[in-house]
This record gives sequence, structure tokens and C-alpha cells, in this order.
Amino acid sequence: MNKKLYSEIEVSLETALELGLTENEYNKILEILGRTPTYTEIGIFSVMWSEHCSYKNSIKQLKTLPRSGGRLLVSAGEENAGLVDIGGGYAIAFKIESHNHPSAIEPFQGAATGVGGILRDIFTMGARPIAALNSLRFGELDNNRTKYLLSGVVSGISHYGNSFGVPTVGGEIYFDACYQDNPLVNAMAVGIVDVRKTASAAARGVGNPVFILGSSTGRDGIHGASLLASREFDEKTEGMRPTVQVGDPFAEKLLLEATLELIEANVIAGIQDMGAAGISCSTSEMSAKANTGMDIDLDKVPLREDNMSAYEIMLSESQERMLAVIHKGKEEIARKICEKWDVPFTHIGFVTDNGFLNIQRHGKQVAWIPAESLVLGGGAPQYDREWKRPEYLGETESFDSSKFEQEKADTNDFWKLLASPNIASKRWVFEQYDSQVRTNTVSSKGDAAVVRLKELPGKAIALATDCNSRYTYLNPYSGAMSAVCEAARNVVCVGAKPVAITNCLNFGNPYDPEVYYQFKEAIRGMGDACRRLDTPVTGGNVSFHNESQNHAIFPTPTIGMLGIIDDISKVVSMDFKQEGDFIFLIGNKRCELGGSEYLKMKIGEITGKAPIIDIEEEIALHNAVLEMIDNRLLSSVHDTSEGGLAVCLAEKAIASVRLGCRVNLGCSAGELFGESQSRIVVSMSPDKVNDFINTCDKFGVNYYQLGKVCHNDFIIENFLETSYSELKQVFEQSIEELLSRK
Amino acid sequence: MKFGVITFPGSNCDHDAIFATQTCLGEEVVNLWHKDTQIPNDIDCIVIPGGFSYGDYLRCGAIARFSPIMKSVVGFANRGGLVIGICNGFQILTEAQLLPGVLLRNTNMRFVCKDVWLRVENTTTPFSNLIEKNAVLRIPIAHGEGNYFADADTIKRLEDNNQIVFRYSNEQGEITDMANPNGSINNIAGIINEKGNVLGMMPHPERYSDEILGCDDGLIIFKSIANYIHSK
Repeated sequence: MNKKLYSEIEVSLETALELGLTENEYNKILEILGRTPTYTEIGIFSVMWSEHCSYKNSIKQLKTLPRSGGRLLVSAGEENAGLVDIGGGYAIAFKIESHNHPSAIEPFQGAATGVGGILRDIFTMGARPIAALNSLRFGELDNNRTKYLLSGVVSGISHYGNSFGVPTVGGEIYFDACYQDNPLVNAMAVGIVDVRKTASAAARGVGNPVFILGSSTGRDGIHGASLLASREFDEKTEGMRPTVQVGDPFAEKLLLEATLELIEANVIAGIQDMGAAGISCSTSEMSAKANTGMDIDLDKVPLREDNMSAYEIMLSESQERMLAVIHKGKEEIARKICEKWDVPFTHIGFVTDNGFLNIQRHGKQVAWIPAESLVLGGGAPQYDREWKRPEYLGETESFDSSKFEQEKADTNDFWKLLASPNIASKRWVFEQYDSQVRTNTVSSKGDAAVVRLKELPGKAIALATDCNSRYTYLNPYSGAMSAVCEAARNVVCVGAKPVAITNCLNFGNPYDPEVYYQFKEAIRGMGDACRRLDTPVTGGNVSFHNESQNHAIFPTPTIGMLGIIDDISKVVSMDFKQEGDFIFLIGNKRCELGGSEYLKMKIGEITGKAPIIDIEEEIALHNAVLEMIDNRLLSSVHDTSEGGLAVCLAEKAIASVRLGCRVNLGCSAGELFGESQSRIVVSMSPDKVNDFINTCDKFGVNYYQLGKVCHNDFIIENFLETSYSELKQVFEQSIEELLSRK
Repeated sequence: MKFGVITFPGSNCDHDAIFATQTCLGEEVVNLWHKDTQIPNDIDCIVIPGGFSYGDYLRCGAIARFSPIMKSVVGFANRGGLVIGICNGFQILTEAQLLPGVLLRNTNMRFVCKDVWLRVENTTTPFSNLIEKNAVLRIPIAHGEGNYFADADTIKRLEDNNQIVFRYSNEQGEITDMANPNGSINNIAGIINEKGNVLGMMPHPERYSDEILGCDDGLIIFKSIANYIHSK
């Protein structure tokens, strides 16, 4: 400790500021170290204390969320991903994470490495990935930049997920001008693990050797976390393309197999993937978690390029790497497993008892930092930010949408809605994803994906992502609540009980008090909804600074929901099944158009009041529908969302085999296209109607008979007469047509 | 009977092929490793599964054909053993020259995963003997390079010898351009070698071998193999 540390460059306050630290933070570092940091050290602090790694501006809010209890085996934030007990000795690991900034400047690699990163979070816990989903947001589809981003992002996801061998089973895509400069790419992964064989991300066992598994370390991704992910988009961003990592799904596939075999062989004392902040993050977090330290010799790290400095090696975000602590004496077993899978396995250091990261390069000591001081929950800063109710809310809330709700609906508007990119079929996108590899995909096209579990015959899980950011923009509190409720409703629609969520919180600059208000309120809404629905938050990530010179994105707290299905034979889908079946709406007949796709089409603006969300109404709806599905009363189930009842019914027809319906919905725009929450449309054979009504009464939910399923015709009385094939044509061709337009 | 399913680094449908033949079909299966040089004597049919062998960063299957096990597979096939290559497996079989032709990029240059309809053209093979002539099967595809191509002479020979086992069709069994998902010549989805013991197909029968996944049209291919072996 008294040895003179080596610094390639003399460090000063200016160095710290250039790396994105503040003056206060620099002073705190001086205090922690009791001296001026070396260049390597200031680099490590700058990435570990970046927004991306430290959650410094969000952690105080995040701590208000329900983060334990229920079926959770680990509390949020304790390990790389959440772990939910599903019985029978198995658990589901799942998490969603953003890769927005990299995808904005290099869509293909940005999205690909987003998928790679989240998959590593899952298998580093010992879980085999069994499903992937993604939640994407782009600008309007009528301009070339959006088309470029969309096609790059989709092929990046497709490239990585397909080659790795995980089915992409679901997700969502929305288009809105606010995402024009700053698209959102949120990737979710789900894995299954034997609860006796989970791995932990802690560096346990003083004297245990530390290894790097996987790819060599290059100069890619340096400062990805601190400088790219933790600032807004401006004229400098374009020049930051080199901070985007490059993905190799084949290397990841081998890393997966080797990692799972190492865990199975019981040679691993602790393991963590290297994502943001690479070796800096994995060494410090693993040490801090176990109250240990590490001696690391960077000369031993396999490098891709010559003359890399300690600073560069510590900050590299090269992909497909893991840091593993191996039980002393088990090194040879581990080496054989890695050789079998052709995965490089290199000894780089030891676990120590002094709590310090001791980093050597070319025989010189370049860093000596208490591991604890670097990490979230330890020495990393935590801030309360100033917040202020945004001014625009006064305007949007006073907008009176009742005039639109009462106006007589126009048939042309129905067709325009059905063809709008937010509603039309995303087939062009999802056909590029392998949705079936691993042969567990029972359904990938309904309200929620259904994935059977070969490990637990007869059981399945349901997965959905959701967030209507227009509602969160108009009311951050109730909008976030709606996002949780709709995600839960989606898994309920296939017959699953919602059990836990992961979240990806995409917001603007947290130093803007109006943005911070959105963030704080969204967290409050999410917390209230999750507590009441008993779906704790297992983890996730926060992405701030999603804005360009012009404006921030709509607040977009994306929810990834996990549901459990105990009897796979009871799963229902959204499509009409049988001519003559009765169609009912369960829920309410509020006709709200605030923030709706219809209102946007009419006036080109997102305004009005966000739809009402009543959590008790929502829960009664879930309980009623789950009991109906359990008693096999329903032949089809689909919730209403963008485009309201009319679009919901059209989707039920389009998904069917040449069936339509004859229904009476009223003729006002509010009745047809209103986006009120907590509504599900079901169909059932006539002999089930009595039991259906009794169940509605039992749970105190309202129901309305809409009409009947019929062959081919799609008739909304006093409004529209068309056919299954016309609906299908418009719905399925729209996006492809928009993309081919120059 | 006994299947042998090969795992290359980057194979990702190996588990699926094992599940289909073992659990759905109920036959014995062993997993073979690409570094193995011997194929056990009691194997009746080798499955080369789908995936991205060695990452497929070069031409699909171009590296896998040099894997130690492939030499034994060629010997096994030359001795008359049954070999079925699915998707990447089909690509590997063409690279290993156990089957003629090549799989090019899909004409729309995109990966495509969806259900297709296959008209069964030849029902006398070990892989299709339980299927009715001209039956139409629903089986999914998932590939970026499934556009079958060969020179005119080869195509003529394949047609004349009845070596085209599956063609992309519509639901009614009509061979149309609309039904062709990747640009394959003559809507070719699967072919067999001249001797009739090596089949390559782009669609994935192992994915539709279990009713719970919505369709089990693919199982009849594995049933045909078992039927052929058992009645030998």
C-alpha cells in the first residue's frame, strides 16, 4: 500500500471531469484513497460511478419498490438476475435490460450485444436460457432513419438470438416521434435452473484462483457505460461508434455450454459475466459482495490488440467474457471442461482477504482500491434529485376528449387504425426471429408467449412485455400502474397467474427536474401496482439520458411479466374458435380516448387524460378470468388495448381460421376505439354462458354480450361490414408496404 | 432402433432432435460429439441437426464438414446407413458432397422463421414411407440460407430420379411462387441422394413432433425411419 503506484498520466480534477465525474465525486475519491488516484484508478471510478453502473440517481427510488417476498429466491439487485421459485425444485431466472444508446448509433451490433448481455446475465446464474423477448421503440415509420434503425435492430437481434439458439417468443414494438433520435432497445431473457445448482456472483474463498473465461480483451466498448450510456445524444454522439461492442453469438453459445457444465461439476465458487465496465465491474462487484479483495495481473489477460494499457484493459467492454472464481484444487477439472468447448480459460489472479482490488500491469501496481468503495450499496454515490411537476401536464390534463368520444365513428378511421404501424401485424419483424428452437414454444403470437417446461411436465410459463408510454407521459403514476396491470392482464389472458416482474426504466436526463418527477411518479405507480398484484420486482435496469437536443422520450418503464401455468392443457389463445360461440366483454364500458391511437390519428398529438386504472377492478378481472380458464369455460381470450374494442375483435378474427363475428358495440368513436383499461373480450360455446355469468357475479365483474362468432363475415352493426380476408390483408400487409415505400 | 444425433459447436437443434426421437417417437438415441472419430456400430440413423455450426461465419456448413466425425459419417453413408440432415444439417451434407447442390441466401436476404406447407413427392424413401403420396405437411422453417440451387443437369437428374422428396406448396398442395419462402429452384425443400439413404431438408420436422406445440406433422418422418429400420 505504501508502494508508489504507477500512473500513465498525471491525474487532476480535469481528468475526472473529462471522464464524466463531478468535482464532488472527485473529492470523494481523494478522500477514499487518501491520495491522488492513478489514471487506471480514475478510469475504474469513472465507470463504476457512472449512472449506468452505480444507479446513483435512481437507487433511492428503486428501493421503494417491493423487491422480495412471494416466490422470490433472491431479492432484487442481489444477483445478476431475479430468481423465482416455480416449484418441483426449479426456478426461473429472468431480466430485462436496455441497449438504447449503442443501438442508436450502431443498430445491428448495438441490438445484438444487448441480447448477448442479457443472456449472459441469465446463464451466469446457472440457468439455461429458454426464451427471449424484446421491447422496441422507434420514431415514426414514414422516414428513412427509422427504417434503417428498425431493420438494423431487428437483424441484430435475429443474428444473435437465432445463432445462440434461444427462441425469441414475444415482445412489442411501438412507433412515436419522441423516439426519433433515441430508439429504445430493451432485451429480456428467461432461463430455467435447478435450485440446487444456482451460481452466485461473489468472490468467495480467500486463496481461490480467479479466471477469465471466453473471448480475449480488445479496445471495443471502452467507456460504453460511462460516456455513451450516461449522456444525451448530441453532435458528438456519431463519433462514439467505436464505444459500441461487437458481438459473437457463436462464442457466447460455447461460453454458455462451458459455464453450465462448470457449475454442474461444482468447481465454481463464484461467477459473473462481464458487461458494462468489463473487468472493473466484475472484479469489484464480486469482491465487495463477499467482503474479499482480488490480486489481478493484467499481463495474463489474453489481449486482442498490442500495447493495451491497464486503463484500457480494465475498461474494455469486449463481449462474451466471464470472470470465474474456481475452488482451489479444481482448476484441472475446470480446464478440461473449457477445453472440451474450445473456450479459453486463463488464470489472472487470486481472491484475497484485504478487501482491495490490487491491479498489476508490467510488474507495476496500477490500482489499489477498496472494492467496497466502487459499488452500488457501498461507496458509490447516491443522490436525491430535484423534481418538479412538468408544465405540459397542465395542458394535456385540461384537454377535453369527450367531444371525440361522442362523435360518430367513421369506417375509414377503422381501416386507418388497423393499418397503423402501432396496431398492424409485426410479422415482418417476428418472422426474422427463430421463435421455436428448443421446441418449447406453445404460443408466440397471443397476448403473452407460452413456453412449456420439459423439466416439469404439464407446466408452462407465460411471458409478456408491456408499456404504453403515452399513458405514462400523460400521467406517470397511473401510466406506470397501467403498464404493470396490462402486462399482468396479458399473462392472465393465456391462463397464467402473474408472479413477478422485471423492469427496464427508460427516461430522459435525471438532472432535469421534470424528468425526475416522471421517474419518481412512475416508480410510485409501479410499486403500488406490484404490491397489490403481489408481483414483486426481481430486478432490471435503469436507462437515463434518453434524449436528444430536441426533447426527452416519453417516460417508458417497460415491464417484463412472468406468469405460471400449472396445467398446460388449459392454455387458451386469442383467436375465435367456433362459429356460433357467444362473445362477451368483461370489465367496463368506459370510453376513454385520452392518449389513444385514435386521438393521435385525429389531431396528431398525444394529449388528454391517461385512461383510468382501478387496481381493485383489475384484480377482480384477473381472478374471474383465471377461474373461467381453469374451469375450461372460454374458447378465446384477448384483452383490449390500442385501437379499443373494434381492433380487439378484428385481431381475434384475423388470428382465427376464417372466422369473423357479428357484434353490436355502439357507433361512437369512444365506444369503438376507446382504450379504457381492465377489459378482456372472450368467446365461449353457448352451453358455457350460465357458468360464465355465475363466475362474473361471484367476482363482481361486469359483463356485456357483444354478439356471436360467425363464418368469414366481420360485422359491427351500424358501422362496418367486411370479411376475414379483407381484415387480414390490411392488417398483415401494412408494415411491409410502409417499409418498401421510398 | 437407435438414432445418433451429432452435436457440433454451434448446433442448437441437437436437444430438439433428441427430444423428438426419444420422447415423442420413443426410440433409443445417443448424442455424438463432433470430435468423435467413430460412430458406434449399433446406430441405425444419424441425425445432423440444425443450428449454426462453428458460427457459420464462413459458408454454412463449410467448417463442419471438416469435423473429425464427418469422415465417419461419409463412411457410414457409403455403407448404406441412414443419414438425415435438417436445416444446417442439410447445408453440411451438401458441403460434404453427400448431397448435390448448395443452399444460397434467401432471395429476400432475411432470416425467416414460419410454418410452410410441404407436398410430399416421393413416399418410397426410408424417410417418407408412412406418408401418403401427395400429402401436404405443415412444418416450420427457420433459416437465412435455404435457397436450394444446383446446375440444370443436376436439377434434371434429381427430377428424373424422383430424388426431390419435399416441395414448398400452398395448403392445397399446389406448387406456387407464393408458397416458395426462399427462392429455391423448383420449390425444392428436401432431397435424397441417388442411393436413397441420405436425406437433406430445410424444414424442421423435429419442431412439429409434439402435439402440445400446435402440430405434429413432422413426427411421421421419424416414424417412417423407425418403420423402415424395424421392417428391415
